[in-house]
Amino acid sequence: MARDTVRLVFLGRLADLGAPPAVAPGALADLALPEGVLGPQVRLALNGVLVAREGLVLADGDELAFLPPVSGG
Amino acid sequence: MKADVCLLEVPFEPGATLAQFAAGLPQAGGVVSFLGQVRGGEAVEALELQHYAPLTLPGMQALAAGVLARWPLDGLLVWHRVGVMTPGEPIVLVAAAARHRRDAFAAADYTMDHLKSESWFWKREKRGGQWHWIEPRAQDHADTARWGA
Repeated sequence: MARDTVRLVFLGRLADLGAPPAVAPGALADLALPEGVLGPQVRLALNGVLVAREGLVLADGDELAFLPPVSGG
Repeated sequence: MKADVCLLEVPFEPGATLAQFAAGLPQAGGVVSFLGQVRGGEAVEALELQHYAPLTLPGMQALAAGVLARWPLDGLLVWHRVGVMTPGEPIVLVAAAARHRRDAFAAADYTMDHLKSESWFWKREKRGGQWHWIEPRAQDHADTARWGA
């Protein structure tokens, strides 16, 4: 059985969707994520570096952060 | 010259911070500062600023480096709070020191515009015991667009 070894981080209002699920390594496109987490304005950071979501594959030990637009104000 | 960039989880005293910054730069002819504080009224009980450590401080440092490359400054200070604050508490202090005032004004203005629109902070206000996220404002992006690329 695959181990859950990828850490997801939901930031800003995305944190209201609940605790991020534990996931196994693999393609981002294959993850079952709460609705709205991958909205068009949400940026992604893989291990602290902004990345494009297209073709993203997560490896053992990765941290993937979901960043909604900043608040400004 | 290196900018003084800090992300603070505890309150700071802006007056003393600014005085120390200016005192250390006697060659500067002018120091321009901006202090942002938690807005009171509208039943705001608290403001929380959240950040993402791998991106937020490095982004602020990159912004400061860009400011130093753009204007001939003698010093630049960018201090920003995170965590829960109450009305009247300082959130952000930006200070730019230069030989001549125009450079200091422009550098402080540019820094604030980009901190607001591009730095990785998420804010929520507590009103009536409930937290409410603060959404991005079009004005913040318009302010930043004034500066071009």
